[in-house]
Amino acid sequence: MLPEIGHFALILALLLAGLQSFFGLTGPVLARERWLAAVRPAVAMQFAMVSTALGCLIYSFVNLDFSVLYIADNANSALPIVYRIAATWGAHEGSLLLWTWILSCWTLAVALASRQLPATFAARVLGVLGLVSIGFMLFTLATSNPFARLSPAAPDGRDLNPLLQDPALAIHPPMLYFGYVGFSVAFAFACAAMIEGRLDQAWARWTRPWTTVAWSFLSVGIALGSWWAYYELGWGGYWFWDPVENASFMPWLVGTALIHSLAVTEKRGLFKSWTLLLAILAFSLSLLGTFLVRSGVLVSVHSFAADPARGMFILTFLVVMIGGALALYAWRAPLLKSTAGFELTSREAFLLFNNILLVVAAAVVFAGTLAPLISDAVGLGILSVGTQYFNPTFLLPVLPLLILCAIGMHASWKRGRISQRRRILLTALSVAALIAAVVILGFYSGARILTPVGLTIGVWIVLSSLIDPIDRWRRKLTISRAVAGMTVAHIGVGVFVLAITMVESYTRERDVALAPGQGALVGEYQYRFDGVTPIEGPNYDGLRGTVTISRAGDLITVLHPEKRQYWIQKSVMTEAGIKMQWSRNVFVALGEDLGAGRWSIRGQVRPWVNFVWFGAFIMALGGIVATTDRRYRRVLAREAEAEPVGAPLAGVVLVGTLATPASRGSG
Amino acid sequence: MNRFLTPAVLFTLLVVVLVVAVRRAPEKSTIQSVLIGKAAPTFALAELTRPDHVVDSKSLLGRWYAFNVWGTWCVECRVEHEALLAIKRDGRVPLIGMDWKDEDAAATQWLSELGNPYATVVVDRNGRVALDWGVYGAPETFLVSPLGIIVYKHVGAMTAGVWQQQFLTRASAPTLTQDLAAGARK
Repeated sequence: MLPEIGHFALILALLLAGLQSFFGLTGPVLARERWLAAVRPAVAMQFAMVSTALGCLIYSFVNLDFSVLYIADNANSALPIVYRIAATWGAHEGSLLLWTWILSCWTLAVALASRQLPATFAARVLGVLGLVSIGFMLFTLATSNPFARLSPAAPDGRDLNPLLQDPALAIHPPMLYFGYVGFSVAFAFACAAMIEGRLDQAWARWTRPWTTVAWSFLSVGIALGSWWAYYELGWGGYWFWDPVENASFMPWLVGTALIHSLAVTEKRGLFKSWTLLLAILAFSLSLLGTFLVRSGVLVSVHSFAADPARGMFILTFLVVMIGGALALYAWRAPLLKSTAGFELTSREAFLLFNNILLVVAAAVVFAGTLAPLISDAVGLGILSVGTQYFNPTFLLPVLPLLILCAIGMHASWKRGRISQRRRILLTALSVAALIAAVVILGFYSGARILTPVGLTIGVWIVLSSLIDPIDRWRRKLTISRAVAGMTVAHIGVGVFVLAITMVESYTRERDVALAPGQGALVGEYQYRFDGVTPIEGPNYDGLRGTVTISRAGDLITVLHPEKRQYWIQKSVMTEAGIKMQWSRNVFVALGEDLGAGRWSIRGQVRPWVNFVWFGAFIMALGGIVATTDRRYRRVLAREAEAEPVGAPLAGVVLVGTLATPASRGSG
Repeated sequence: MNRFLTPAVLFTLLVVVLVVAVRRAPEKSTIQSVLIGKAAPTFALAELTRPDHVVDSKSLLGRWYAFNVWGTWCVECRVEHEALLAIKRDGRVPLIGMDWKDEDAAATQWLSELGNPYATVVVDRNGRVALDWGVYGAPETFLVSPLGIIVYKHVGAMTAGVWQQQFLTRASAPTLTQDLAAGARK
């Protein structure tokens, strides 16, 4: 009964989304007050219905209703309860429902927070969001119904893919989707602005916090996915340029460009059409990612089961939404003229370069991800693109981007006046180079070409981010949340760059065959293999190895890498043994049984690798901090204040992600 | 031309590529095996060259391999044999052969005459294992990932093109155990 209620609730939600779009988009045109007033209730009820549907599915999972096909496919009576809940979004159908639910959450949030916006504008935003909802609900109901029954019911289920039975992966999809879907809000704001044919700085101020929050979620989601890949997939890396990873990374790159471009639009009223295009692109790439992952056109380590019908459906949806938005763009964007100018070393110019480089970086990833499809479509056969392409090509736009990041934070709006800060920036650069030299020569032996470059840039960005807050603190000036957030996010970038540089330069890795009692040296660490013992878990059995790690004769830790054989799915999983430390992770994975008690073993020492993810979390934290800035909480009150255009305080640092001068500028 | 139209034009081109890709997606795997994306069925079968030695499918885990179902009675299998030998010479992904409903002696003679493209050949005399794998007829070739998941299935004779485009592209993902096996050999 419950699955039917869920199914029915989803159909109702679809109808409500239809009403929401209809009233939201036609109400302003026909100027009917009552139609406008109907939009928010429709949103609230739509949210309630999707929540009911999701609730029904989760409840059925927890109670293991194997008469539901999706549950029989993705759960099992031996599956622990936490993973029964997570199994709800463990495969295509349920994850789509989760996506729909998250979209309804964002829509509800917009409905609640947009009361102070002009009524017609808010209605249009909600109307566009309703269109997105319709697309996803139709998709779910028409091709991927998670509530479909299985008759007769299965006696037991086929279990959740063991790869997904992991805490990080239980929360990774929701985080990622909150990010992906969050870009739909910026998209809806952009579409509404184009429909109205009006885009002012207030528009940018309304759009920015939504975009930044979505971006923060996406950052955390990607980092969690990468962390999971590191310890669960057993090969000990953190990024593989896999199509699915790229699918989440492209919207992130464009989203990063968008939050920076929004800063310019808000402060200076520039880049209007460009900002619109980025808002459309960020969400389009989210949709494209969904398409690539779920249509089976690209094969990836973690793509969903291929189904051409689904592929065709999302493609149609893609054409309607993105094609519609881009057509609207071609028609309306020429109306939006930016009249103000700026100089080559002004903040606007730096942010323009930032945008260009980020979009180029996204294009690099895009080209690499789609190269197999394009070459196949034009009859050149399927091209395989891997790390050899991505790593060097991606660095081309990103290295200058990082250098500009360190400098650009100190450029002032409109006029280039970096000279005031030139000295301290150069000092910071020298200090950074010195630290890099000390690290390379003093603590770690050897270096690759990019090691000193990466370390210097990383330290430089961190120092450069701190210049202004320290300056303001010493002069006892207040630091707004927006500036604090920007500082934090840029420190995150610096930490991230440092971590990647260290990992890529100083990882020590060895694959060895060891009999019990034998040892091998990985970097400075002695790995001693002490054999394997059988283990049994709730839904698997397997072998647990014991590997004793010591350094210069001192015992560091004893690790227990496992190989698990999950009973139902019959798949073998590698659980790496990892000793996490601040400055390095000592990693060991069990390979194959080579007979006679001998095992192949991968030992890996990755310095500072945790800071790769930590850096991403810091960036996300910066985004959240910036969003709590006062001016976003008092949107309308601000409009009435009508402040004079304040000349940016000398030396106020505000780039990008989060720019906000203390002299809240322009109107 | 209106420069604001550029994104829409580029998007149209992209859509063309994607439409082609979607329409080709099913033909990429001629007959979609229900097993694709699922764990490869386990087996324990005698090896052709060493009948007293049982090959457990678990021992194949940990690296990409292509599971080729063949028989000396099968005409298409002779057609694909050259391609299989080339695959062996290439050496990137090993072929595991399953001699299906066949005479051991005929199979041994076949391999000694035509050359042996397989890393291991197992014998499925009564066809039980082929049933588990959902084999329609020989030859069929499955690509199995290091985690033991069937990633792709090709029905009919293997060709260099299919191998290059469908198998190697899929099997180029980095894997721990591939490296481990390499390490173990050193």
